Order: sequence, then C-alpha cells, then structure tokens
Amino acid sequence: MNIPLNITKTIHDWLFSIMPEGVATVTEWVIVAAAYLALFAVVGLYLVLLERKVAAWFQLRLGPNRVGPWGIFQTMADALKLVSKELTSNTKIDKFLYNLAPYFVILSSLIAIGVFPFSRQFQALDINIGIFFLFAISSIGVIGILLAGWSSNNKFSMIGAMRSGLQTISYELSVGLSMLTMVLLTGSLQLSEIIEVQRTGGWLIIQGHIPAIIAFMIFMIAGTAETNRAPFDLVEAESELGAGFHTEYSGMKFAYFFLAEFINMFIIASIAVVLFFGGWLSPFGITDDITWFPESIWFVIKVLGIIFLMMWFRWTFPRLRVDQLLTLEWKYLLPINLVNLVLMAIIIWLNWTI
Amino acid sequence: MGYEAILVLLLAGVFLIVLANFLSNLLSHKSDNPAKREPYECGIETIGPTWIQFKVGYYLFAILFLVFDVEVAFLIPWAVVYKEIGTVALVEIIIFLFILGLGLAYAWKKRALKWE
Repeated sequence: MNIPLNITKTIHDWLFSIMPEGVATVTEWVIVAAAYLALFAVVGLYLVLLERKVAAWFQLRLGPNRVGPWGIFQTMADALKLVSKELTSNTKIDKFLYNLAPYFVILSSLIAIGVFPFSRQFQALDINIGIFFLFAISSIGVIGILLAGWSSNNKFSMIGAMRSGLQTISYELSVGLSMLTMVLLTGSLQLSEIIEVQRTGGWLIIQGHIPAIIAFMIFMIAGTAETNRAPFDLVEAESELGAGFHTEYSGMKFAYFFLAEFINMFIIASIAVVLFFGGWLSPFGITDDITWFPESIWFVIKVLGIIFLMMWFRWTFPRLRVDQLLTLEWKYLLPINLVNLVLMAIIIWLNWTI
Repeated sequence: MGYEAILVLLLAGVFLIVLANFLSNLLSHKSDNPAKREPYECGIETIGPTWIQFKVGYYLFAILFLVFDVEVAFLIPWAVVYKEIGTVALVEIIIFLFILGLGLAYAWKKRALKWE
C-alpha cells in the first residue's frame, strides 16, 4: 500500500467510522475547504516570493533576504501589512459591482485548483468533464476583471479592463484548442484518466511528438497571455495605466487580484503538467517501486519548472503593442492551431503515435 | 468527493473574502481627506465621464471570439470520441475546419483582424 497517497481515503474511512454519517460528511467538507484554502494561500504567497527571487537572479541582485532566512517570511509580512491597510476607494464607484468583483476572481481560481490531481488521492473534484470544466470556470475570472475596471469609475481602470477582456477572450481560443489537441490522444476529459493513459504510453508530449510540441508552445504563449503576465501585460502596464484594472482597489481588495493572478499562473502550469508532462507520474517510473514516496512531489517539481519558464519569459521579451498582440493570436496562433489539430488527428488515424 | 466539492470550494472562497475584509476593517487605521476620495489618475481633477461609448474594435473581436468559442465547444465531444470513430470523424472535421477557415479568411480579407 502506498501510505502517503491514501491519506484522504484514510481520513474519510476514519471519519465515517467514528461519527454519524451527516456529521462526518460536514467534517470532511470543512477539512477539504481548509486544505484548499491553505494550499491557495501558500501557493499564492510563495509564488510571489519566487517571482521576486527569480527577478533578482535575472538582474544579478539578491532579492528579498531580510525577513527570515533567504527572505522566506517576506510575503507573509507583506500580507500582514496589506490586511492592516485601510480599504479606501473614490466616492464615484458603483459600490455593489466594486465589492462583487473580487469574488469572481478568487472563486474562479479557487474552484479551478480543486480539479487537479496533485497525487493519486489528493483531488477534490474528480469529474469526467474535467478539461471542459476548467474551460468554463477559468473564463469566469475575466468577468471579475471587467467588473472591477468598469465599476471603479477611473479611466485607467476602464482601459485596463477593456484590454484585459479583449486579450483574455482572444487567447482563450488558443488555450482551448491546444488543450483539445491533447484530448485527441487521451480520448477522455477526466484529468485522473488522462494521467493514467500516460502511465503506460509515456508522457503525452512524447506520445504526440511533433503536433504535441507545437501544441505545447502555443499553450505556453497563450497561457502566459491569459494570465496577463509580461510580455502580455498591457492590462496593467505600469508606465501607461497606473495599475490597470485594480488601480482603485487598496489593501486586502488589491491583494485578492494579486493573489488570483499568481494562482492563475499556477493553474496554467498545472494544466500543462497534466496534459503534457504526466501529472504526478515520475519520469521513467523511477519512484514507482518506492512505496512511501509521495508522488505529489513530482507534480510540484514539474509545476515549478513551468512557472520558472513563465517567469523567464517576463525578463526576456519586451511588452507587445495591442495590434501586435491581436496579430499574434488571430493571424498566427489560431490558424496554426487549427492546422495542428488536423495534423494530430491524421497522426492518430495513421497510428503514428509513439 | 463528487460535485458537492464545487459547493464546498465556493463557500470556502466566500468565507476567505468575508473573513479577510472583516479583519481588514477591524485592524486598519482609518483617516479621511477629500483628496483621498478622488479617482486615482494623474493629480488633477478627472475631466468628463468615465462610462462612455467604447471603441468598436473591442466588440468586433468579441463577436469573432463568440464564433470560434462555439466551435471549440463543438470540437470537445468530437475530440473525446475521435479514437473510436476513426476515418469518418477525420473527414468530417476536415470539412468542418475548412468551412471555419473560410470564415476566418473572410474576416481577415475584410480587415476585421486589423487593429486600427
């Protein structure tokens, strides 16, 4: 038996053995909610730290190194500071929508991380429409951004939100189509099943060879654009728009948008890991025989690798103009993606997968 | 867990925001100043309304997006069953994507994809 993997199953059985069914169910819900909130906070805070550290390495600086060893408590200190800031805004805002916007942003990213199988057992939402659900839930986030920009009654926010809407919906097509290209190989939308397919046949990026590698490149470009990260950060281009759509948000309310942005990066990296790099499966099965080895470590290592790549983009490419952004998506990525989809279909039809 | 996990995570997210807002209101230092209540722009008073008619280009791309997003929705069930159906599915999707490609080419020709 794989002991660390069965933690959730063990807890489930134990809870139902000592409590009446109703109480046990509610307790289990509370545990799941607490676990995911903790995951959400830890991932958010430490990705911010990683971002600052990586930025520092690229610029030959030290980065945050004062709060705790190697600065590991820096972002916690920042979070505490943000909690202690006054929630201020201008008098002309649309109050209801202004307060509603963070809910959309946070909820869409929190529900989306529930779908990922971090290991064999650590998955809150193992549904057979997994990929489709991810499409649906991740496109809700942009509603929050549009609401935030519109309700702030600030011209910078408004321009930032409109740009964000344009950019997110454009690149969603490429994200969706490149994910579909990989679904062709698995024949299933359930994320745990997609990983099971890769246990026998090897990682999908190797199984699908050329079209899979093209799909991966498109996915990384479009994923970076969808999370509004540099070089696609027109939404919050500091030199043009102040802080973009969250200019009027302060303190904790600003922190929600900031947190959600980093969680979205984590989500894009997780999708890439599940669809291209075998999820929690170890490379060449090297830890398959070690029964106590927690497989989620592989998941985390792969996700961190992809996130590092996205941070690398940020310090390598200059920001695009709006027209270049749209040209890249509509005239290059989308046609290439459609051709790539057919190419993948032909390769599967000829049985040329590895 | 089944689909109730969506509800659980939804409630967890609402709880997170409500709790953090409450804590923030409890802990924060408050002060007031008329200048603080102005929109944060460039230092001078903002001129004209913010909620104006916006550039039409954004809506044009929104409509194009709608067409292609519906297409992705059509492709999802096809992708799932592709391996079982085989040749027929391949021929059908080539026809489908060809017609769609014609649509994209038309939009391109009409300069709908050009930002100006």
